Amino acid sequence: MNRRTLMATAALGLGLVFGGTVNAAGMDKVKACFVYVGPVGDGGWTYQHDQGRLAVIEAFGDKVDATTYQENVPEGADAERVLTQMALSGCNIIFTTSFGYMDATNAVAAKFPDIKFEHATGYKRDSDNVSTYGARFYEGRAVIGTIAGRMTKSNKIGYIASFPIPEVIRGINSTFLHAKKVNPDATLSVVWAYTWFDPAKEADAAKALIEQGVDVIVQHTDSTAPLAEAAKTPGVIGFGQASDMAAYKPSPRVSSIIDNWAPYYVKRIGALLDGSYAQVDSWEGISAGEVEIGEITDAVPADVKAEAEALRDAIGAGTYHPFTGPINKQDGSAWLADGVTAPDGDLLGMNFYVEGIVGDIPQ
Amino acid sequence: MDFGGINPAVLVASLMVASVPIMLAAIGELVVEKAGVLNLGVEGMMIMGAICGFITAVQTGSPFLGFVGGAVGAAGLSLVFAVLTQVLQANQVATGLALTLFGLGLSSLMGQGYVGIKPPLTSQVPFGPLADLPVLGRILFNHDPMVYLSIIIIAAVWAVLKFSRMGLVLRAVGESHDAAHALGYKVTRIRILAILFGGAMAGLGGAYLSLVRVPQWTDGITAGAGWIALAIVVFASWKPWRVLIGAYLFGGISVLQLNLQAAGARIPVEYLSMSPYVITIIVLVIMSSGKGRASMNAPAALGQNFHASR
Amino acid sequence: MFVLEKRPSPSQFWTYATPVLAVILTMIAGGAMFALLGKDPFIAIRTIFWDPLFGEFAFYLRGQLLVKAGPLILIAVGLSLGFRAGIWNIGAEGQYIIGAIFGAGVGLAVFPTETRWIFPVMIVAGAFGGWLWAMIPAILKTRFNTNEILVSLMLVYVAQTILSKAATGFLRNPQGMGFPGSRNFSTYPAARNVELIQESGMHWGVVAAFIAVIAAYVLLQRHMLGFQIKLAGQAPRAARFAGVQPTRLVVLCMGISGALAGLAGMFEVSGPAGQISIDFASGYGFTAIIVAFLGRLNPLGILLAGLVMALTYVGGEMASTNLNLPSAAIQAFQGMLLFFLLAVDLLSNYRIRLLNGRAV
Repeated sequence: MNRRTLMATAALGLGLVFGGTVNAAGMDKVKACFVYVGPVGDGGWTYQHDQGRLAVIEAFGDKVDATTYQENVPEGADAERVLTQMALSGCNIIFTTSFGYMDATNAVAAKFPDIKFEHATGYKRDSDNVSTYGARFYEGRAVIGTIAGRMTKSNKIGYIASFPIPEVIRGINSTFLHAKKVNPDATLSVVWAYTWFDPAKEADAAKALIEQGVDVIVQHTDSTAPLAEAAKTPGVIGFGQASDMAAYKPSPRVSSIIDNWAPYYVKRIGALLDGSYAQVDSWEGISAGEVEIGEITDAVPADVKAEAEALRDAIGAGTYHPFTGPINKQDGSAWLADGVTAPDGDLLGMNFYVEGIVGDIPQ
Repeated sequence: MDFGGINPAVLVASLMVASVPIMLAAIGELVVEKAGVLNLGVEGMMIMGAICGFITAVQTGSPFLGFVGGAVGAAGLSLVFAVLTQVLQANQVATGLALTLFGLGLSSLMGQGYVGIKPPLTSQVPFGPLADLPVLGRILFNHDPMVYLSIIIIAAVWAVLKFSRMGLVLRAVGESHDAAHALGYKVTRIRILAILFGGAMAGLGGAYLSLVRVPQWTDGITAGAGWIALAIVVFASWKPWRVLIGAYLFGGISVLQLNLQAAGARIPVEYLSMSPYVITIIVLVIMSSGKGRASMNAPAALGQNFHASR
Repeated sequence: MFVLEKRPSPSQFWTYATPVLAVILTMIAGGAMFALLGKDPFIAIRTIFWDPLFGEFAFYLRGQLLVKAGPLILIAVGLSLGFRAGIWNIGAEGQYIIGAIFGAGVGLAVFPTETRWIFPVMIVAGAFGGWLWAMIPAILKTRFNTNEILVSLMLVYVAQTILSKAATGFLRNPQGMGFPGSRNFSTYPAARNVELIQESGMHWGVVAAFIAVIAAYVLLQRHMLGFQIKLAGQAPRAARFAGVQPTRLVVLCMGISGALAGLAGMFEVSGPAGQISIDFASGYGFTAIIVAFLGRLNPLGILLAGLVMALTYVGGEMASTNLNLPSAAIQAFQGMLLFFLLAVDLLSNYRIRLLNGRAV
C-alpha cells in the first residue's frame, strides 16, 4: 500500500470515528494522544506530562478522548512507529514529550498533514502541522536561586546537573546570578551526574556536596534521592524538581519548581475544538502557569519568602527578565550590556557559564 | 586531614553505604556461582526486592519487615529461575536475562500505587559516644544496621564455604556435579537452595536501595546495580572477602568522582564516570595474568545444567 | 510424579511443536495477567499477536516488524557462533554502539559531500568499529586469560559513556543550537540507509540480516570453521586433538559477532534511528542474546525468533496504546513468553516418563 492510500485510511478513520475533520469551524470531539519517554510512575518529568493529560480530561469531559498514551518509548525508529500507529488509529493531535522525538515527530508529521503534532522542548517545525512548546524553567530557577542565596549559611550552593546541554546550563546560570544578587559571597559547585535519573547516583552526588560544606542543594535530575539525602543532615535544604515532591515538606524541601503542562495542553486542545488552532512555537514560563513555584514552607524566613514571591510575581508580570544585563561570560567578556535582556536565541543555545561560576562545562 | 579538599574519613563512610546493595547482591550471586549456577537475573531480583521491601515496609510501618519482605519477594522470583534451569533444564544465560526483563516489568506493575510515598525511616545503630570518636567514629560507628549486616553476611559466607561441611558440599556440586551426584549429594536440591539464597541477598540489596539509600520507590530504581554485582563476583574471583573489596572499589570510585567534582577538582567528568568499568577490566587483567589466575578459580561446572542420568 | 529421561537425539516433533506450545501457554498466563489488570484478555492477546500481522494497519506494521527484527537477527546470528563454541560475548550492546559511532562518524566527517562511495565506506567503518570493540575482550582473553563475559559487559558501560560524549560533544550537530544529538541522516542522502521499497520496512540492515543468516547456515553446515566451532563447544578436548586452535577461534568468533553487531548499529543509526543521540542504544544487544537462545543458536531458528520477538514489541506497543495497558505489563508478558519458551524446550531434549511407565 502506498503513502497516498495510507493517508486516506487515516483520514477515513478520523472521519468515521469522530465525525469531524480539522477545519476553521472546529471539531465536535478531539482524540488527543501522548508519547512518553519514561514510565508514568517516574514521579518527575513523565508524571507531570501525564498530569497534564488528566487535566485535559477534567477540562473537556467527553468532548475529548485523551486516554491514549504510550510509556517508555525509545527515541528513533520506535518513536516513529508509535507515532505512525497513533496517527493511523485516529488521533487528531499528538503530543511528543521528549526532546529526542524531534526528528521522528517531523518525519511522521510530514506524512499526516491533517493531524496536529506538538513536540516538547524542540525547535524543528518542518511542516505546518508541527508546533513546538517548552517552558522557561530558568524563570523558576531565578526564584529558587534567590531563596538559595538567602538561605545558605556556608555560602556554598550545590547543583546536581544532568547533561551539559543548553537547558541545564541556563538553569545553572539563572540560579547562580540570582543567588549572587542577594548574597555576593555565594559560590556554586556543580556536579555533573551524566544521567537524568539514577536515584543512587543522585544520592551520592548530594552526599558529596554536603560533605563539601554545601547547605543548599539544587537539582536538575528527576528523583527525590537528593532530598532524602539532604534530610539526613540537619540544616541542609533542597528543592523539588519537576514535581512538587511534597513528601519532603517542610524541610529539606523548602520550595519546588514544578513543570505544569496542563495550561498548555488545555489551551491547545481547546483551540482545536473551537477552530482557532494555529501552528506555534511556544515558550512560556511563570506568566502562563507552565512554571510553578511550589509552596515556600515555613522553614524559610518570612522576609525571604516575601522576596522570592515578589521576584516570582515580577517575572510573571513581565516586569523583570532573569537575564538582564550587565552580565559577563565566565571568561570576563561582555554578554549583555546594562539593561539589555537576553534574546531567546542566546538562551536557547546557551553553552557558557556566566562570570563568577568556577569550573568548566564538560565539552 | 584532607586530600584535595576531601575528607578521607567521610569518603570511606560514604562508600561503605554506597556499596551495600551491590555487596549483598554480589555475595548472593557468589554462592549461586559456587554451586555451579550462573544467574544473570540479579538486576531483576534486586528490583523485585526493592518493590516488595518497599510495599511491606509501607504497609507494616516496619523497615525490618520491609527487608524481610524484600528478601522473600526476590527469592520468590529466583524460584522461577530455579525451576526453569534446575528442573526444566533451560539454558541459564537466557533464563537469567529473561528474569531481568520479567522482574523489571513486574516490579513496575506492583509499584504503581507507591510512587511518591516516603517509607518508614531505618534508624542508625546507636553506638552512643563511640559515634563521636574522631575519624573512626565516622567510619565505624555511624551506620544503619544493614551496613554491618552485609559485612557479617560476607564473613558468614566465607566461614561456611571454608570450614563447614555444607560449604564443602556446595563447592563440590559447583566443581563437578556428576562426582557430587555419585557421592550421593542431591545436586538439584542444593543448587535450588543456593539460587534461593542468591535471590534473597539480591532482594536485601534492592530493599536497601528503596528503603535506605534513595529512599522511595521509582521505576527502574536499581539502574544497573545488578549488573555491577555480577561484575564484582568475577572481579572477586569467587572469594567472599574480595567481594567486599570489589564492592568498595566500585562504590568508592563512583563516590570519589562525585566528591572530586563537588570539591571543584578539574577533572574530565565523562571519562571518570567510565573509570570504574575500565579499572575493573585492568584489575581483572592483572589478576588473571598473574600467578593467581583468577579464571582458574571459577567453579568448573559454572553454567552447566545437571541431569541425573542413572 | 514423573522423571525426565534424556532423549538420544532431540525430538523432531517437539522441536517444531514447542514454540507453538509456549505461545499458547503464554497466552493463557498473560491473558490471566491482563484480566487481573481489568482488560479483556482476548482483545489484548489478539492485539499483540494478530493485529500487527493481519489487522487494520498490518500494511504498515508488517514492515515495522522487519525494522525491529533486522538488528536483532543480525546481532544474534553473530553471537550464536561464539555461544556454540563456548565463547560468551555478552557485550554486543557495546559493539553495536561503537559500530554506530564509527559508521556515523565517517559519514558525518565528510558531510555534505555527495558521492556514492560514502555509504559503503560507512558500512566498513561500522563493522570495523564493532570488531575493534570486540577485539578488546578477545585479546585480553587470549593473552591474559581474562574472563570475556565480564570484560565485554564492562565495555558496554564504557561505550555508553562514549555515546553520550558523542551526542553532546564530538558528533553533535553544529547547526543543532547546542542541543545533544548528531545531524540526522535523513537530511544527507548519500549516507542514508534508505528504505528499499516504500513502507516495506526493508532497508540494507534487514538485507544484511538475511545474508548473515544464510552465510551462518552455510558456514555451520559446510565449512571447516563451522565444524570447529561446533566441536569446540561440544567437546573441547576432542577439538584440541583435532587441531582446533582455541586462540584463533576466540578471535574469529568474537570478531565476527562484534563486526555484525557494529554493522547493525551502523545500519540503525543511518536508517531507522537517523542520528546519534544520548539514548540511541535501546537494548538490542541484550535482547539479541535472548533471541539467539530462543532460536536455539541455529541461524534459521534465530530468524524466526527475531521475528517473534519483534512481534511482541510491535504488538505490545499496540496493546499498550490502544488498551491502555501499562508498558510494564508488556515487559512482564515478554518475560513470560521467554520463560515458557525456555521451559518447554525440555520436551525436545527429554522424555517425561510418568512413574506408572507411560512415556510422553
